[in-house]
Amino acid sequence: MTSADGIVRKPMDLDRAGVPEGEVHIITERCKECGYCIEYCPEKVLVYSKEINSRGYHFPMIAEDKATSCVLCKFCDLICPELAIYTTDASDDETQS
Amino acid sequence: MSTPQPNDFSVVHPIDHLMRADRLPHILCAGCGIGTVIHAYVRAIDESGTDPDQHVCVSGIGCSGRAAGYVNVDSYHSTHGRALPFALGIAVHNPSLTVTVISGDGDLMAIGGNHFIHAARRNVNLNVICINNFNYGMTGGQVGPTTPIGAKGTTAPQGSIEHPFNLPYLAKACGASFVARWTILHVRQFTDAILRSMDKDGFCFTEVLSPCPTSFGRRNKLGEGLDEVEMYRERCHIENGAENLQDLDIDIVDHEQPITVGNFVDIERTAFHA
Repeated sequence: MTSADGIVRKPMDLDRAGVPEGEVHIITERCKECGYCIEYCPEKVLVYSKEINSRGYHFPMIAEDKATSCVLCKFCDLICPELAIYTTDASDDETQS
Repeated sequence: MSTPQPNDFSVVHPIDHLMRADRLPHILCAGCGIGTVIHAYVRAIDESGTDPDQHVCVSGIGCSGRAAGYVNVDSYHSTHGRALPFALGIAVHNPSLTVTVISGDGDLMAIGGNHFIHAARRNVNLNVICINNFNYGMTGGQVGPTTPIGAKGTTAPQGSIEHPFNLPYLAKACGASFVARWTILHVRQFTDAILRSMDKDGFCFTEVLSPCPTSFGRRNKLGEGLDEVEMYRERCHIENGAENLQDLDIDIVDHEQPITVGNFVDIERTAFHA
């Protein structure tokens, strides 16, 4: 964070701020496979599942190596037309570094 | 997180208390944007911090008319085109209520067009959310008053030859206090627009462009709902407070033309109170 004139700038809340960590919850039976949550996730956390729900749709699931990648932007929750996905803050369960 | 299991109803969505969750999943098609608009509306009620008992949802006929059946506030599914007069009666009789009309372009602008211009002229304290999918989706994709020139429908297989309504321009000209246009992808912005409408005294109009993959998207080769939303993402540019609302026509054929979205009008004008 060095500006052009050589001054080192440091955010005042750097010790308190961090990357939020979210946990994704999926209500698989409501999903209709529109794909909005999968396409517009900024961290590409979600993928289509190989399984289907009772209506025959491939619901989203967490990609294998992305279990802790959610940054809690909540966009999947907001865009979902079926109210089939939501996120919660997972940082309460983690030990703060 | 554990792998989700089919037939698992144990997870409850945090906004379910404002939905009639026993009716979910709803009847709307995969990729339809009406569910997102209903979701944004109940989220706006939740974020406004007001008592849900003070909210009334009125809808007309059509796919978007189903909205009133899925929200857990006082709601009315009125007759075709008469959502606005019905809501007007509620708002004028009991001004303490926050009345929201969620309806489609065919209901509000075709058969209900006259009610729309006069409710806006009187500046009745209503929040109108018009879900615009450019056609009559429920009845099979007929051409409506918002179908862009050249777009195909059941009743215009060679493409529509009529000039469509430019809804924000119409609402502004009729005297609405608040006018906005968003797509379902701008979900945070239009939730904020709904919140602003709930606060504001007067006629507030929000047009939400929504994909209709089953009727409109299929006939116009727009692909699935996701492809249509992706088209909005590429073509939309945000211009809050835009002056030239007459230039806001939507061209669905030429994909080079931008689609202007934003909060266009936010004026103070004396509202109609009995």
